[in-house]
Amino acid sequence: MSSAFPVKLSLLSAGIFLGLFFLVPLLLIFGVSLASRGMYGGLAWIATSENYQRLLDPLVGTIFLRSFLFAGLTTMVCAAVGFPLAYCMARASRQWQLLLLILVMIPFWTNFLVRTYAWVLIFRADGILNTLLMRLGLLEEPLSMLFTDVSVFVGLVYGYLPFMVLPLVVAIERISPQLEEAAFDLYASMGAMFRHVLLPLSKPGFIAGGVLVFIPSLGAFITPYLLGGGQKMMLGTLIQQEFLVSRDWPFGSALSFGLMGTVLLLWFLLGRTSYGRDSS
Amino acid sequence: MNESVVLDGVVKTHGPIVAVDHVSLSIQSGEFFSILGPSGSGKTTVLRLIAGLDRPDQGEIVIQQRIVTSDSPHERPVNMVFQHYALFPHMSVFDNVAFGLKMRGERPSNIQKAVGHMLALVRLQGKEKRLPGQLSGGEQQRVALARALVNRPVVLLLDEPLAALDQQLRQEMQGELKRLQREVKATFICVTHQQDEALMLSDRVAVMHGGKLLQVGTPQEIYEQPVSSTVARFIGLSNLLSGTITRFEDGLCWVEHEGLSPVVVKCPPQGPSQGAVTVMIRPERLHVSAEVSVNGYDNTLPAVVNQCVFNGNEVLYHVRLRNEAIWMARVPITEAQGCPLTVGQPVFLQWSAHEGLALPTHPAPL
Amino acid sequence: MKRIPTSFLLNSLMVMLFLYLPVVILIGMSFNASTMGIAWKGFTVQWYQKLVMDPSILDATLNSVFIACVSTGLALILGVGTAIGLEKSQGMQMPLVNMVMVLPLVIPEILLGVALLMVFVLCRIPLGFGTIIIGHMVFNLPLTVVIVRARLRKLDPAWEDAARDLGATPWNVLTRITLPMLRPAIWGAALLGFTVSLDDFVVTFFVAGPGSTTLPLKVFSMIKTGITPEINALSAVMVVVSMICVGLSWLFQQRSTVGSSESTLS
Repeated sequence: MSSAFPVKLSLLSAGIFLGLFFLVPLLLIFGVSLASRGMYGGLAWIATSENYQRLLDPLVGTIFLRSFLFAGLTTMVCAAVGFPLAYCMARASRQWQLLLLILVMIPFWTNFLVRTYAWVLIFRADGILNTLLMRLGLLEEPLSMLFTDVSVFVGLVYGYLPFMVLPLVVAIERISPQLEEAAFDLYASMGAMFRHVLLPLSKPGFIAGGVLVFIPSLGAFITPYLLGGGQKMMLGTLIQQEFLVSRDWPFGSALSFGLMGTVLLLWFLLGRTSYGRDSS
Repeated sequence: MNESVVLDGVVKTHGPIVAVDHVSLSIQSGEFFSILGPSGSGKTTVLRLIAGLDRPDQGEIVIQQRIVTSDSPHERPVNMVFQHYALFPHMSVFDNVAFGLKMRGERPSNIQKAVGHMLALVRLQGKEKRLPGQLSGGEQQRVALARALVNRPVVLLLDEPLAALDQQLRQEMQGELKRLQREVKATFICVTHQQDEALMLSDRVAVMHGGKLLQVGTPQEIYEQPVSSTVARFIGLSNLLSGTITRFEDGLCWVEHEGLSPVVVKCPPQGPSQGAVTVMIRPERLHVSAEVSVNGYDNTLPAVVNQCVFNGNEVLYHVRLRNEAIWMARVPITEAQGCPLTVGQPVFLQWSAHEGLALPTHPAPL
Repeated sequence: MKRIPTSFLLNSLMVMLFLYLPVVILIGMSFNASTMGIAWKGFTVQWYQKLVMDPSILDATLNSVFIACVSTGLALILGVGTAIGLEKSQGMQMPLVNMVMVLPLVIPEILLGVALLMVFVLCRIPLGFGTIIIGHMVFNLPLTVVIVRARLRKLDPAWEDAARDLGATPWNVLTRITLPMLRPAIWGAALLGFTVSLDDFVVTFFVAGPGSTTLPLKVFSMIKTGITPEINALSAVMVVVSMICVGLSWLFQQRSTVGSSESTLS
């Protein structure tokens, strides 16, 4: 079938654009990660594996470990908290579903920086939470809640929860309510029905949602920066520091490439599940 | 009569699937021609090839003595009514019908007149400004017809035109289609999987199966003289029995079956005269009774009533032959009595030689 | 809602509160007269007045709007055609192309930021409006393509066949059938792209130059110097504006696609 000329033209230009400003930059990360650091923060094109050896540094290792731990924990909590909501949304009446969808969609796209900043107001020493707890007499002294593991973790769950809910809704909607009724008809209790019917059939949603939460959590920058400060560094904040503060591009690139490799691997694994194929 | 559409050795493949397999067909001008077949038989592809929406891999397509095989859809004097009508949802009824004329660059005053006339013809005056979504199924069907016919096509292609309508509307639209055809005097080529629709509407019917053309003929020919058991199975109910010809004489042949006494049936001149055949008898041609009648039936087979289905104006018996085959026999109801013969009762099936037909078991392709 | 366990409904309510309470607190605080802490010292709009008086905030706003308009506009021009082209050629399996098309939306933004920074610096492209616009287009273009493709998939191919059968050329099919039917999706993509560009912090943070400060960058630098009521006011404005844009975008995408939530989910 022949397409109109403008269609071909935009296809071509979009291809060139993404090639130049997406694929080439990603390849450049790999290239620079093998280069050496030059004088005054510049680059020297001398091949070395030193940047990758530095990834084994215990300090860097701690940050890697914390990032993976936080991302994994965030994913699990998002799945546990998100599933009941997703189920309600999938099984709600048309109007309710539209309303709930829009309510979940809005934070999905609204200003991430500002939404994270809102948690600074909550967690600060003179913030909402401390004031509230002291008024209730549960605390004598303000607790330092900002820049802790807890504040970073809450921020991550808050930021990426919608990524889990939306694929889950899609997955649950595809499960015919008749299957639930059939399970009840065959003497399943509510709990047994969920365990044996709904949860296994929702697996594609968990996988897609899991990847969509895990990936950005792993590379998060705003959340650990605003809620973790210098103490609770994650991969994102470390990469930013290498590029903008230490000006060590090769090492920053090696870190970035490590992150990118993880992401691509996960994405590849997702692509092999049926869910990834038909919803691209 | 001259030929309106000719297909000559047309082949179309979709990847590994041969959708249309060497189909040759000629359709007369002004004919109501139906292509009948189960889904996946390639009938819609034939329609799309005539419309120019798909290109054949092999073969030629001729419309009005002109080879159009490599012409674009807009270069062909052909229009189509799509299966789910494909009305443009963002355009009013008027704009939908006017679309083809606009594309041809007709003057607005002419378009106004032609669309008005056509909407009157399909009885949709006063609905010009409606959007397709605001119309009933029957009305959408009429818009689709008007949108195609307003271009004065030599050939109108209809893809399952009545499939989306309920039973009552369907019967109404069948009459409507015949009326429209008389008024616009175009060739109508209609694709359907409903055999009753094809038999009722058409001057001639083509039966397709697995991309191949099995038979072309008038509805009566197709029903009375199917060329193969596949066609016989697809059109109406039929009782089939495979066997071997033992004798052939004066257009009649004697066929032997395992476990049954031999039967004598018609052997058409172009049909088989020896070897393996399939015998076909329509259920309404069988005479069923508890006793053997003596008045002039050539064949008699004993059987047992297996089931009796009451249909209102007739009774359909399912009977089991000696070789365990289940046959059906249709008996009109004459008295206020449901099933005169009871389940389990031994009966005799009888028919005259010319009511049955011997069909080739492995028919030669057309 | 029948047969949904009560515990699920309660859980859902808590999740909704969790999602919205911080935003509500933020907006509430922006009207608090107190300069320090959260104690309520009366209702005031003075922080908003201060914002309006601040020329640097006006500058940042203009910069942000300019960048969002240009990057969204360019992404639309390229993206709509690309989406149509990709759907048309779906016969050929192009998993790589499809993957490149969605990858910018799923890799951590920081990777895009540092990668673009290195390309621009190594190619000696001065950091500024141009580089920010390019950066935003890298995610706006795939966003447009994803939204428009989702809509295209729902369009019955028979519509284009019907148009061709009625004598339309490829150009006519595009302008009279395909584009008009895509209009809601195009508006939806435009609004969403505009919002995402307006809100983007990470990529902008890496590829911005002197004189091209956007609103999120401005907020970030204000947070770093110390938390003030003006930040609350500015943040409240930004959150409300982007919520309105997202809501509108969503309504556009839902229009005439009743019965499916997947257009916005995938």
